[in-house]
Amino acid sequence: MEVIPQVAKGLQVTITVLLASALLAYLLAFVAGLSKLSNNVLIRKATGVYVEIFRGTSLIVQLFWLYYAIPMLFGIQLGTNWWIGVIAIGLNYGAYLSEVVRSSIVAVDKGQSEAATALNMSSFQRMRLIIFPQAVRMMLPEFGNYTILILKSTSLVSLIGLHDVLYYGDIIRSTNASATPIVYGVILVFYFILALPLIWMTRKGEAIAKKGAASS
Amino acid sequence: MTEPIVQYRDVYKSFGDVKVLKGINLDIHAGEKVAVIGPSGSGKTTIIRMLMTLEEPTSGDIIVSGENLWKMEKNGKEVRANEKHLRKVRGDIGMVFQHFNLFPHMTILENCMTAPIHVKKEDKHEVRERAIQMLERVGLGDKIDNYPSQLSGGQKQRVAMARAVVMRPKIMLFDEVTSALDPELVGEVLEVIRDLAQHEDMAMVLVTHEMDFALDIADKVLFLDEGVIAEQGSARDVIEHSQNERLQSFLSRFRA
Ligand SMILES: Nc1ncnc2c1ncn2[C@@H]1O[C@H](COP(=O)(O)OP(=O)(O)O)[C@@H](O)[C@H]1O
Ligand SMILES: [Mg+2]
Repeated sequence: MEVIPQVAKGLQVTITVLLASALLAYLLAFVAGLSKLSNNVLIRKATGVYVEIFRGTSLIVQLFWLYYAIPMLFGIQLGTNWWIGVIAIGLNYGAYLSEVVRSSIVAVDKGQSEAATALNMSSFQRMRLIIFPQAVRMMLPEFGNYTILILKSTSLVSLIGLHDVLYYGDIIRSTNASATPIVYGVILVFYFILALPLIWMTRKGEAIAKKGAASS
Repeated sequence: MTEPIVQYRDVYKSFGDVKVLKGINLDIHAGEKVAVIGPSGSGKTTIIRMLMTLEEPTSGDIIVSGENLWKMEKNGKEVRANEKHLRKVRGDIGMVFQHFNLFPHMTILENCMTAPIHVKKEDKHEVRERAIQMLERVGLGDKIDNYPSQLSGGQKQRVAMARAVVMRPKIMLFDEVTSALDPELVGEVLEVIRDLAQHEDMAMVLVTHEMDFALDIADKVLFLDEGVIAEQGSARDVIEHSQNERLQSFLSRFRA
């Protein structure tokens, strides 16, 4: 029984989807998180709609929307299955993480901004030099936690035909039912090993967050 | 006498329905050391926060070096100041806060260098030298690479003063800068203020409960009571000769 090398064939898809969707989620998180603090009502409202829709509905349904519904309704193909998986996961976690970005910025002690004003910084300098660097430190642990969740969510892409770790496991199981326990055992171990560096980074992030920010 | 560097003209400030300042008129001259005393809640902090542009007056004018701080001209009309105007006028003002407000993600030296470099666009090496000199002067020459979290309260407050002075303000505001300190750390901070008062020609406005100290270094003392300046004059006049009963009862609380 060659379960391990079989399942390992899915690692490439699992890892690339993880990295690409995490990057997309981070990017959206900062754009949406800052937009939520914008002075412009329209920008705030539009961002709120995005965040609430993607937080309020399930990732599988969003994935199926992008994969089945949108091509049927609008006659457009969003890209390869890989891209559809990345976009769905990125949009979903970007919505969650934008709240982390927003609340971290708001959590920086008001005295920090006042001290920066007393040094005659502009509002942009206050954000760039004083508030944002401290907010990022506060965000790190939550970004770590959500990245671990993103890793787990990548297994959903097997539902739209991507050949990830779970997909190859299912193949073996369907041809050899008696291997089921060992197949899922191997898959569990794979996910856990992939999560280990993320867990370690989250710990690191917690340590950095603890010492680098003035929170109110 | 020369034109005052700061003038408050009939300044009022309300927070919602609460009237906090009710007609402040005040001149501060270049180099003058002004102590502001008065009961808690009388509006002392609010007075200096308006000058630092942290709080906007409800009405009245604050003039800094001949320019109206909170108002500007636009198409021949007087309008509310925008950020550019505020930055231009407040450039000569610095402030030290009760709770230090050091930047925790920067070293002590970086705390002192960031504004001269980014705000005044000064030369990095020159700023670095000036910042180190200033930190040595406040007795922290051996801590320049430490982070604020590694310092005591008194040390933090000395850094905060160095950070403000490196910007070379013409007016420095101190808002109860020793109130958050353990009693045994108050002295070292007052020593730095005394040094600045004696050797720097900037004007200083000190909101303080350190009565003896304030009277010692101040050219002028203001007694603020319920949002108005109830007494002002030289330390001697205000403290020793005032007939104001509320001032006398306020002062008696500081005399054992
Ligand atoms: N941001 C604010 N919002 C509402 N009320 C405030 C605010 N700042 C100050 N006040 C009120 O204004 C009054 C004067 O405050 P303050 O200037 O801090 O007095 P002091 O420094 O003399 O103790 C107090 O009653 C205080 O509660
Ligand atoms: Mg106060």
